[in-house]
Amino acid sequence: MGRYIIRRLVQAIPVLLGATLLVYAVVFALPGDPVEVLAGDKRMDPHITAVLRERYHLDDPFLLQYWHYLTGLFHGDLGVTVSGGSVSDILAGRFQVTANLAMTALVMEAVAGVGLGLYAALRHGRAQDSLVLAATLVLISIPPLVTGFVLQLLLGVRLKQAGIDLFPVAGLAEGWRGYLLPGLVLAGTSIAYLTRLTRTSLVETLRADYIRTAIAKGLPRRRVVGRHALRNALIPLVTYLGADFGTLMGGAVITETVFNLPGIGQQLFTSVSLREQPVVVGVVTLLVLVYVLANLVVDLLYAVLDPRIRYE
Amino acid sequence: MWRSSTAERDGRVPGGEALLTVDGLRVEFATRQGVVRAVNGVSYRIDPGETLAVLGESGSGKSVTAHAIMGLLDTPTVRVPAGEIRFHGTDLLGLREDDRARIRGRRIAMVFQDALSALNPVFTVGAQIGEMFRVHEGLSRREAERRAVELMDRVRIPAAAQRMYDYPHQFSGGMRQRIMIAMAIALGPELLIADEPTTALDVTVQAQIMDLLAELRRESGMAMILITHDLGVVADSADRIVVMYGGRVVESAPVHEVYQAPAHPYTRGLLESIPRLARKGRALPAIEGTPPDPLAMPTGCSFHPRCSYRQDNCVTDAPPRYRIGPTRDSACHYWREVLDGSHG
Amino acid sequence: MSETTVERQGRGKHARRGRYSPGGPWRFGPPRAASLWSDAWQDLRRRPMFVGAAFVIAVFLVMAAFPWLFTSIDPHDAATCHLSEARQGVSDLHWFGTDNLGCDVYARSVYGARNSVVIGATTAALTALVGGLLGLFAGFAGGALDALLSRVTEIFFAIPSVLGALLILSVFRTGSVWTVVLALAVLAWPMTFRITRAAVITVKGQEYVLAARALGASSGRIMFRHIMPNALAPVIVVATINLGTFVAAEAGLSFVGVGLQSPDISWGLMISDARRRFLEAPEPLLFPALLLSLTVLAFVMLGDAVRDALDPKLR
Repeated sequence: MGRYIIRRLVQAIPVLLGATLLVYAVVFALPGDPVEVLAGDKRMDPHITAVLRERYHLDDPFLLQYWHYLTGLFHGDLGVTVSGGSVSDILAGRFQVTANLAMTALVMEAVAGVGLGLYAALRHGRAQDSLVLAATLVLISIPPLVTGFVLQLLLGVRLKQAGIDLFPVAGLAEGWRGYLLPGLVLAGTSIAYLTRLTRTSLVETLRADYIRTAIAKGLPRRRVVGRHALRNALIPLVTYLGADFGTLMGGAVITETVFNLPGIGQQLFTSVSLREQPVVVGVVTLLVLVYVLANLVVDLLYAVLDPRIRYE
Repeated sequence: MWRSSTAERDGRVPGGEALLTVDGLRVEFATRQGVVRAVNGVSYRIDPGETLAVLGESGSGKSVTAHAIMGLLDTPTVRVPAGEIRFHGTDLLGLREDDRARIRGRRIAMVFQDALSALNPVFTVGAQIGEMFRVHEGLSRREAERRAVELMDRVRIPAAAQRMYDYPHQFSGGMRQRIMIAMAIALGPELLIADEPTTALDVTVQAQIMDLLAELRRESGMAMILITHDLGVVADSADRIVVMYGGRVVESAPVHEVYQAPAHPYTRGLLESIPRLARKGRALPAIEGTPPDPLAMPTGCSFHPRCSYRQDNCVTDAPPRYRIGPTRDSACHYWREVLDGSHG
Repeated sequence: MSETTVERQGRGKHARRGRYSPGGPWRFGPPRAASLWSDAWQDLRRRPMFVGAAFVIAVFLVMAAFPWLFTSIDPHDAATCHLSEARQGVSDLHWFGTDNLGCDVYARSVYGARNSVVIGATTAALTALVGGLLGLFAGFAGGALDALLSRVTEIFFAIPSVLGALLILSVFRTGSVWTVVLALAVLAWPMTFRITRAAVITVKGQEYVLAARALGASSGRIMFRHIMPNALAPVIVVATINLGTFVAAEAGLSFVGVGLQSPDISWGLMISDARRRFLEAPEPLLFPALLLSLTVLAFVMLGDAVRDALDPKLR
C-alpha cells in the first residue's frame, strides 16, 4: 500500500509540472509582447509596464520566468493583476463558492447517477432500461448553458408565478439553497455519464463468476446484488466521480455566470471580458491543481476499494 | 422410453433412497444464430453417499445440467422446456425462488472450475467462508470467523487463522480451490457438485485436490457429482459414470464395468485416447471428426458422423437408452458389437 | 465526453468474429473489415435512432451549406433589423420572434448553423487525424515513443478542456472559426490518442495479426492492412460523439466571450446577447438553444447507434 501511494505521488509531479508549464507557456510564450497581451485592449501606464516587467521577470529566459512563477505558486502566490492587486486575494473568497457548488453537483451526480444506473442495470434489456438510456442521451446532449436558462425560466419564473417557490434562481442571498439549482445544472451531463457507467459496470459485474458463486451459496438476491456485485461495480464509479470533481469545478464558468454566483468561474468570465490575463492564468492554474489533487485522492480511494491494487 | 423414470431404467428399486434424480431435462439457449439445445433430454440419478462422474467434452451439456440442478440458469436467454430435477422427491424446478435458495449452498453445494474468478476479489477469504454461517445460520461475525478458520484447517490451508484475512489473489491456485471447497462444505451439504474442480490446476496439485475431496466425502458421507472431461480422474474416485455427448446421456454404468468394456463407441473412443504405458510406442488413437455444431445437431444418433459402427438407421433413428445390464444402459443401436469389440 | 465510458468501446471488438459453438473449434481468421462494416450498416438501417439522427443531421448540413433555402432574410444585412420591432414574440412574420435589436431570430438561427457545423466537423476531423495517427504509431511501436506520448497526454488530461480552450482563446485578440477549432483540437486530441492506442494494442495481440507477422508480412502492411481497419471503429464512434460536444463547446466559449465575435453569427453568441433580457423575452435565447441541443443530440445519437452496431456485445 505504501509503495503504491508513493508511486502515485511521484507520478503526479511531472503531470503537475507539465500542466502548469503548459498553462504558463500558452499565455506568456506565445508571440507578441507579453505585457501588451496582459494589458489587453487597455492603454498601459508606463509605470505599471515597468512594474509588470519586473514582476514577471520578462527580461529573463522563458524557463527562468516559469521557475519564478512556480516558486510563487508554492507560496500561494498566483501573481498580480494589471492594477497591481494580488490574484490570490481576489480568488480566496470566491474559491469557497465554487467548491461548494462543485460539491453540491457531485453529491447530486452520485445519488442520481448511481441510482438511475442501478435501476437500469437491474432491468437490463427491458423497456425501463431503454428509457433510462434514451434519457441519458438527451441529458448528455443539452449543454448546461441551455439547461441553466431553461430551468431558471421554468422554476424561477413560471413556477413562482404559479405560487410555488422551490429554489432561488440566482445569487446566494438565500444561503445554501442558492446552490441547488446551479448544482443540478452543473451535474446534468455528469449524471448521464455516471448513469451509463454504473449500468455498464453493474451489468458486467453481474455476469462475473463470483456472482454465480454467491448465488450458489444460497445468498438472498439482495445480498448478491447489494454486496457482492455493487462492491465490485463501485470501483470504476469512484474513479469517475473523483476525476469529475475537477471537471465540475472547471465547468462552473458557465453555470456561475448564468446563475450569478460569486465563484472563481464568474471571476474568470469577468476577467476574460476585461482581459485581465493574470487572473485568467491564476484561475486555470488553480483548477489544474484541484484536478490533479482530486485524481490523487481517487488513486488512494482506489487502493482502499480494490485489494488487488493495495497489495501490488 | 425417454420419459420413463431413471430409477426404473437404472434397474434400482423405484422409490428407493435416490438423493437426486434428473429426469428428461431439456435446456435451451437463445443465441443470435438460433436456439441451442444444450441439454436434450438428460436423465440420471445419484444415491446418498455415492460419487457419480459425469463425463463429456465441453459443450456436451454436463455443466449446464449441473447449473440447472443448482438453479443458476436464471437468465432471460435460457429456457427449460421440459424435465424434472427431484431432490428427496421434491421437484426443484417447481419451487419458488426463496425455497430454492434454502437448498442452495446448504443442502446442495457446488465447487467451480476456476477458483480465482469464482471467488469475490474484494472480500477476504475468511469473510467469504464465514458468510455461509452468517447468512444461513445467523452467527455473529466473531463466531463465523471461528468456524471459517476451522474449515480452512479442515481443507489443510496452513496458518489458517492468519490467512483468513487475505484476499483470493494472494493464494496459489490449489489453495484457492481449497477455499472454494471449504465454502461448499461449510454447512455439511448432502450433495456436492464439483464442476471440473482440477482442470485449472497443475497435475501434482490436481491429485491433492482429488484426495481432499475423497477424504471429505468419506468423513461426511455426502454424495458427489464429479463433472470432468478427464477419464483419468474418474477411475479412482467415482462409483458410477454417466457419459454425455451432444446434450444427451450416451452411457451410464458402474465405473469398473465401463473400464472393463465400454458399450458405446464414444466411451470407447475416450478410453482408447488415454495414454497408457502398455501401449507405449504405438500411436495414440483419437476420436475422428469434430464435436457436433449445437445449432445443427446431426439427425438420428448425434454421434453417427464420427462413428465407426455406423449403419443406415443411425442416421435416421435416435437410439433409446438400451438396458444392457442390471445397472447399466447404452444409447447405441449396436451396443452389442461395441461391447464384443471391447472384449476382443 | 467521459473518457471511461468511451474507452470501453475499444474492448470486445472482435467478440462477434468467431461464431459461438460450445465445444466446437473457434474459427480464427482475419475479421474481414468489409463484412464488419456491411454488417453494421445492415444493422444501422433498421435502427430508428440512427435514421432519425441521420435525418436531423442532413437537415442541418443543408442548412449550413445553403441557409438561403430556409429563409429569405439575410441576417448579415443590418437593414433587415428594425429596433422598433425589438423583442417581439412569435408571429407569422417572425417565426422565432425578434431579438434585442429587432433582428429576425429565425433567420439568424438558420445562418448560425454553418459556424457550428464547420467548427464541430473540422475539430472532430482534426482530432481524429492527429490523435488517431499518433495513437496508431504509439500503440504499434510501443517502447519509448509510446511512453513519451502517453506521458504527454497525461499532462493534457490534467487541464479541463473547456478551461484550456478558454485560456488559449483569451490570448488571441479576436476569436474566429479557426482559432476556436485550434483551441478545441489542442485539448481534445489526447482522448482519441488513448482510445486508438488501446484499440491498436488489443488488435495487435490477436491471432490473425500474429499469424500475418509469422508469415513475414512487413510492419507497414500489418499496420495499414490489418490493424488500422480494425482500430478505426472506435475512432469513428468517438469522433462522431465528439463532434456534438464540440458544437456545444463552441457555444459555451462564444457565450463566455472568447469564441466567435459579433458580427459573426453563432448560436452561442445569440444566447449570450439574449441573456440580459431573457426573463422578459425568452424566444431569442430559447430558439438558438433548441437548435443547438438538437444538433448535439443528433450527433451523440448517431455515434451511439454506430457504436452499438459495430459492437453488439456492449449493448
